[in-house]
Amino acid sequence: MHILAFLIRRAIQAAIVMFVISLIGFSIQDNLGDPLRELVGQSVSEAERQLLRDQLGLNDPFFVQYARFLGNAVQGDLGTSYFFKRPAIDVILDKFPATFELVLGATFIFLAVSIPAGIYCAINRTSWLARFIMTGSIVGISIPVFLTAIFLQWIFAVELGWFPSSGRGETVALPWGWETGLLTLDGLSRLVLPSIALSSIMLPLFIRLIRAEMMETMGTDYVRFARAKGLSTARVRYVHAFRNTLLPVVTVGGLMIGTLIAYTILTETVFQWPGMGFMFLEAINRVDTPLIIAYIIMVGLIFVVVNTAVDFIYTLINPMVKLPGAKS
Amino acid sequence: MITWRSLLKRFLADPVALVSGIVLLFLVLMAALAPLLAPQNPYDLMQIDIMDSEIPPVWRSDGDARFLLGTDEQGRGILSTIMYGTGISLIIGIGAVVVQGILGVTLGLIAGYRGGWIDAFLMRLADIQMSLSTLMIAIIVLAIFSATFDANIYADYAIFMLILIIGIAEWPKFARTVRSSVLGEKKKEYVDAARVIGLPARKVMWGHILPNTLTPVLVISTIQVAEAIMTEAALSFLGLGMPVNQPSLGSLIRSGYELIFSGSWWITLYPALVLIALILALNLLGDWLRDVMNPRLRRGDD
Repeated sequence: MHILAFLIRRAIQAAIVMFVISLIGFSIQDNLGDPLRELVGQSVSEAERQLLRDQLGLNDPFFVQYARFLGNAVQGDLGTSYFFKRPAIDVILDKFPATFELVLGATFIFLAVSIPAGIYCAINRTSWLARFIMTGSIVGISIPVFLTAIFLQWIFAVELGWFPSSGRGETVALPWGWETGLLTLDGLSRLVLPSIALSSIMLPLFIRLIRAEMMETMGTDYVRFARAKGLSTARVRYVHAFRNTLLPVVTVGGLMIGTLIAYTILTETVFQWPGMGFMFLEAINRVDTPLIIAYIIMVGLIFVVVNTAVDFIYTLINPMVKLPGAKS
Repeated sequence: MITWRSLLKRFLADPVALVSGIVLLFLVLMAALAPLLAPQNPYDLMQIDIMDSEIPPVWRSDGDARFLLGTDEQGRGILSTIMYGTGISLIIGIGAVVVQGILGVTLGLIAGYRGGWIDAFLMRLADIQMSLSTLMIAIIVLAIFSATFDANIYADYAIFMLILIIGIAEWPKFARTVRSSVLGEKKKEYVDAARVIGLPARKVMWGHILPNTLTPVLVISTIQVAEAIMTEAALSFLGLGMPVNQPSLGSLIRSGYELIFSGSWWITLYPALVLIALILALNLLGDWLRDVMNPRLRRGDD
């Protein structure tokens, strides 16, 4: 019952956030550029313009226009991109796989590095390697993502020539229309540098987080009990203690989705990665309003879905959690 | 409570803090004295010459003695642009933190002292705003701003916009810190005493509780300046921040990074190193300050 109440609460909250985002999107459309000029140019008389305005509903009250915008948006109609001359939603959906695979690559790298490094630093607290990693992590936090990206590109693509410097390379179309770069050698080799760059700033934060959590759980009663019971050190460490560090990692990871999306814009810009972030910047430069709105709404949607999912996973893996709003 | 004297003593005894402090002092002085010390004013069109463009640093065979760190595409000395650019980055970083501090301390004080629905509302708002991320909020607001206004107007107001946006987007950090100290202070006897003698809530909040919550505010301020400078650099790099004729370190990197492909790496590398040194020094100082002022707040790193 608590779970249900919690889910309803979250759904309401998600709806409020989406409502605010759609309102922002609509007011951009309302204020940016004159849709009439896009349609008819300069040669049409003022009387004809007024008639056209009435026909298009541009003279309707704000809320009537907003309701129409919302109605269209719910049906997936976010207007037509001025530059691409295609529905904005189609343009975004075409770019989505590239960004998704970049995030996937970065997630893979930072999980594969931060978990072992965090555990190692918690267990061998005083070793030189642990100290080195901890010092390195504060340096890592201090290097902006776009600089990591530029340095990686400069050293490994321009100077050493180990990896291609930009673009996504060869892609393969999957049956449901998803263009993937993960199945070709060319696509994979182009994914390496952007993924490292994108993971670079989350990495130190997560190493510190996992280390701190791991150190805390290692001192708890149940870990001491597991040890006293005679379980092997490895089992105590990696099964009993580590499992409980995952909870904060999931929460913090979910909270950072907004930051991660912002960093995809930076990474994609440096590597000319044909994803949503790079497209968004181009749309800003071209004042392609429908595309700007479509991006903001898409990002809002991703944000809300991920946050709700993370909260849900959190309640599932931690039965002890006291759901906000539910009576105990 | 820590006295200034013992603070100074511990500062001088810690090599990491000392070096960070010296680096920071050096960069601040360099930026503040740029108009006096810089070899040229890179934004005075009379002083630059397009013929001097893309000269490598002086120790390279084709370097030029006038330009220690080389020149950019338009013949401006990199050393001079860095000196001016560091100042702009610092102004935005500090300005944004002042805005954050004023907003955050006020709202945190109100939330903590009043409690009830206003507290619940402000903290919920803080949660949502924090998870949206400052950089994302700033990118979207500036995207709308730059699409709405003409490029010249945008260039004139960019510095104020950056300070305001980064300031407003980050208030929750200060508000949360102040709120939690207020909750701790509220129960103490001196607050009851102040209330009993009939002081209005406003006076109790600002005159009595506030001074006792300032230590954590000071501690997070340093790291917040580093964060603000980093955010500003990212925005300028994307072309949403400072314009090219009034560049911060981020805009300098933006205007130079594509020239790496043609071999002119110095245009990007030196501003980048200064930016990293600035952020790193602030982060290290902030960490040190936190350990000294409040040992319980440690990030769990020792």
